[in-house]
Amino acid sequence: PGDTSVLAGLYGPAEAKVSKELPDRAALEVLLRPKVGLPGVMERSREQLLRQTCEAVVLGVLHPRTAITLVLQVLSDAGSLLSCCLNAACMALLDAGLPLAALFCGVTCALQPDGTILLDPTARQEQEARAVLTFAIASSERKVLMANTKGSCSVEEMQQCLAAAQRAADTIFQFYRDSVRRRYSK
Amino acid sequence: RTVEPLEYYRRFLKENCRPDGRELGEFRTTTVNLGKCLCSITTADGSALVKLGNTTVICGVKAELAAPAADSANKGYIVPNVELPSLCAERFRSGPPGEEAQAASQFIADVIENSQMIVKEDLCIASGKLVWVLYCDIICLDYDGNLRDASVFALLAALKNVQLPSVTINEETGLSEVNLKQKNPLIIRKHPVATSFAVFDDTLLIVDPTAEEEDLATGTVTIVTDEEGRLCSVHKPGGSPLTGAKLQDCISRAITRHKEVKKLIDKVIKSITPK
Repeated sequence: PGDTSVLAGLYGPAEAKVSKELPDRAALEVLLRPKVGLPGVMERSREQLLRQTCEAVVLGVLHPRTAITLVLQVLSDAGSLLSCCLNAACMALLDAGLPLAALFCGVTCALQPDGTILLDPTARQEQEARAVLTFAIASSERKVLMANTKGSCSVEEMQQCLAAAQRAADTIFQFYRDSVRRRYSK
Repeated sequence: RTVEPLEYYRRFLKENCRPDGRELGEFRTTTVNLGKCLCSITTADGSALVKLGNTTVICGVKAELAAPAADSANKGYIVPNVELPSLCAERFRSGPPGEEAQAASQFIADVIENSQMIVKEDLCIASGKLVWVLYCDIICLDYDGNLRDASVFALLAALKNVQLPSVTINEETGLSEVNLKQKNPLIIRKHPVATSFAVFDDTLLIVDPTAEEEDLATGTVTIVTDEEGRLCSVHKPGGSPLTGAKLQDCISRAITRHKEVKKLIDKVIKSITPK
């Protein structure tokens, strides 16, 4: 959203290297490349978050002993990077036609010092905020698939952000539907 | 147990208990060893050894002097590093840090940052010239699940144990003089405590998973709280989806756990201070 853009490329299910293959399900790998520089520790932890989120929705058991590789390239970062990556990943999974148990979308909430909740903050708003929470919301019953917080907040504030994120998820899922429709209607 | 581990666990979970005899909400016995006299590292400025059941984590804090960055002249640095050497579990090989170690290092860095445990301005000696850098090395000696809780706990205990020598800047020469005789403890503002849960089959939540339970779980959640009941971090990397209510249960349990852990740390510190 806004100026943040992430390019997602999905490869798979393809043949996996013997060292990496799992006997009963597909092995998922996520590579996150920052705009400048080499991937560091921050990218690794983001990759792990994305990987486990994708593993939860992708029906890996239908493709055992294969490898699914997801490569994300950050083109520009103007805030809400993690949820942009999540959305890009989900659309890539959709576009590739992989069997999914549910769709997911990423929503970032920033808690400002005065207590107001701001959705999809810009980089400036993220820095000024007291806390930034990112959630991945699943399409089935709006459950929480992934949660990551930066900064501290109280429990009530977290619940409020979660509720706001769940409402926002509806808009994002509508966007997914529209995009897919546009792609396949030609 | 080896052939059908999931079924084995399911049978136990149906009775609301686990193979090692614990309840779903019960933690393993936690022991903490602080400082130079009981064990731990004599060359480090602060150290602690934490055992959570079989999971053993040792944390050493070394303080060094450095010049601050140009844009934050009055802030020191804290550099956490989590190591999972191959001796702690058979799945970790030696060589560059694997994904798990890097993700754990990032997690610890986030916790320190989010909870404002150590305010970086406190680490400043002379603005623009000299600041403290705290290198926190967290090494896992035995991995039996729940690495994050043990690491956060070890870090907290080690930092409480750190004694920084006082440093003055000599006006004429501009050099620093370290006075090893006079030591001050670190100012720790908040005490974050991590609580990890494993999710089974989208419904059951168990606390403090062992390595076996972690492998079988469909998801994990880690919640870090500080003493005011504020959330410093909610880390739920994928895994089965949870409803908001379930997450709330986890948070309440985390807050209770925080009180238990705080009592334990205070007790241990009191027992080593009169020396």
